[in-house]
Amino acid sequence: MTTLARVKGYRPQQRHLPILATMALLIGAYIFGASSYEAFGSGQVVLDLFINNAFLLVVAVGMTFVILTGGIDLSVGSVVALSTVISGDLMQKHGWPAYAAIAVVLVVGALLGAGMGALIHFFEIQPFIATLIGMFFARGLCYTITTEAYSIDNATIATLAQTQIPLGGELHISISVVVALLVVAAAAYVLAFTRFGRTVYSIGGNAQSAMLMGLKTGRTKIAVYTISGVCSALGGLLLVLYKSSGDPLNGVGLELTAIAAVVIGGTILTGGSGYVLGTVLGIMVLGIIQTLITFDGTLNSWWTSIITGALLFVFIVLQRLVTRRTR
Amino acid sequence: MTRMTKHRLFWPVVALLVLLVGDLIASPSFFKIELRDGHLYGNLVDILKNGAPLILIAIGMTLVIATRGIDLSVGSVVAISGALACLWVSGHPDGAGTTLIAFGLALGLSLVLGVWNGWLVAALGIQPIIATLILMVAGRGIAQLITDGQIITVNSHSFEWIGSGFLVTLPSAILIALAVFVLASVLVRRSALGLLVEAVGGNPEASRLAGLRSARLTWLVYVFCALCAGIAGLMISANVHSADGNHAGLFIELDAILAVVVGGTQLTGGRFSLGGSVIGALLIQTLTTTVYALGIPPEAIMLFKALVVLAVCLLQSPAFRRKLRRRRTHRPGQPAATPAPEKVEVTA
Repeated sequence: MTTLARVKGYRPQQRHLPILATMALLIGAYIFGASSYEAFGSGQVVLDLFINNAFLLVVAVGMTFVILTGGIDLSVGSVVALSTVISGDLMQKHGWPAYAAIAVVLVVGALLGAGMGALIHFFEIQPFIATLIGMFFARGLCYTITTEAYSIDNATIATLAQTQIPLGGELHISISVVVALLVVAAAAYVLAFTRFGRTVYSIGGNAQSAMLMGLKTGRTKIAVYTISGVCSALGGLLLVLYKSSGDPLNGVGLELTAIAAVVIGGTILTGGSGYVLGTVLGIMVLGIIQTLITFDGTLNSWWTSIITGALLFVFIVLQRLVTRRTR
Repeated sequence: MTRMTKHRLFWPVVALLVLLVGDLIASPSFFKIELRDGHLYGNLVDILKNGAPLILIAIGMTLVIATRGIDLSVGSVVAISGALACLWVSGHPDGAGTTLIAFGLALGLSLVLGVWNGWLVAALGIQPIIATLILMVAGRGIAQLITDGQIITVNSHSFEWIGSGFLVTLPSAILIALAVFVLASVLVRRSALGLLVEAVGGNPEASRLAGLRSARLTWLVYVFCALCAGIAGLMISANVHSADGNHAGLFIELDAILAVVVGGTQLTGGRFSLGGSVIGALLIQTLTTTVYALGIPPEAIMLFKALVVLAVCLLQSPAFRRKLRRRRTHRPGQPAATPAPEKVEVTA
């Protein structure tokens, strides 16, 4: 906390440098796209970025909480898959109403997250290992429920998926985008203005000092993993809306995309510094690269991972330079 | 010290034995080993043979973790190494020369990738988990670039030797893994290297001030780890006669990290046990074989793996043991002892 205050007091620009770099990159990529391809400039392309990545955005917001405390959550991809599988199973096989299935999914996500948080707090198992176990556990549950994908044809889900919210002109967004933006707004508020948010930052800054200051570090740690679990479950539900199916193979490697987005968004992996807004920008950067490659048509999809890796490199080195100078 | 080591390996060995005894009870023929055409076959041989790539990677990963690092990129290195070797073999006439060049190229590229990881960690001072995340993400793309997005199949007897061949009745994969294990053990335990690695893991700054070339050592372990992954990549692609840039070695880094942790090496660095990692890798491989041998649906492998690893991790967790002990010594109703001081969270 003290480091934060000092950084904020003396060098505010430094702290915002990664986020400004991400923003510049995003704007640059958009201008490049708009000048290269005629259709790219239409506002709907930007809105589609949100529509296509709404589920990922929600997952990455949860990941931001965890990374801010200096932890990591490797289970998110599996929890996303588990959510789609549970909702598919309950609605398709057992004929449950959509909202009951949604409630079950969110509860399961919260329980898994809380379980991993408890392992980390009570038994001092490292976050990397605890969430790795969670990852195998959730993916294993998926496969034991089903090895095949469910196609979901629930009336409520269909309505939710197909509802378009017009924004004037030809532009529209989906309900998923509204949900994702609400999650972002709530997360930004919690992190910036609540006691809980400040505790999250201070655990990432120095867990021991935070505890000595009398902050409820244990409770907060369990809470951030629970938040991440709920966000992953919600992300899985948004993926159900997007794909109208539940598949145990969903979200393989998603945790890495989420971590990459958080890092590109300027949050430092050792914790204590970063913003949810940065994560939004990080998701947008990854999304716009995908869109550019799709528009180009000559580049193969594997270039996405190479360019993402290169971007990760650039941003990590940038963060390294920034943090080195502030010390 | 010896008692400590014994203690650390106790639970993983117990878990391994319990699994094997369970297998024996469930299917009495589990331990049967037969000699066919001068080659050994059987479930136990299978565990060793199929586990060889994981053992190799776990050995490399152990040294990386001993320096307080972690290498997430080994799965990508597996894919890249296999892809390059298969590309070369498929484009040249079959023969021992072609195979040797393919091995050389693949291991050379693995070496370069290890140097890259080492550069990021040792020279730029980037946290290992993010430094290796770069290659983990980009590596799959590179592997697909090498294979042009296709699955390259090869049909070369000499190439397949490294994965499924035999040398004096034993599968060659086992012998290679054993050779690397012996080499690494001798290097780290018969010279000061292991001690130096532990010193770097214990406190990189202090060991640098004490006159150790900690940056060079760090560099070295990442190169070694990538080389192990490269050899594993050759084995895996030789075993399936093909290179799949997308799926080869998928999640093997996680299995390797689990193996290392189950084997008693702490992610916080400073202490390691190569033998423990081999036992950890065998435990994970035995789980898979057990699931198949017992006729448990393969879908349950991951669930099974998660529960066994959770059990071993809990049993090894000092906090868990402390809580267990306290529960035993305190009768219900009595106030609990003062809570143990919380340790500083150190992320990998």
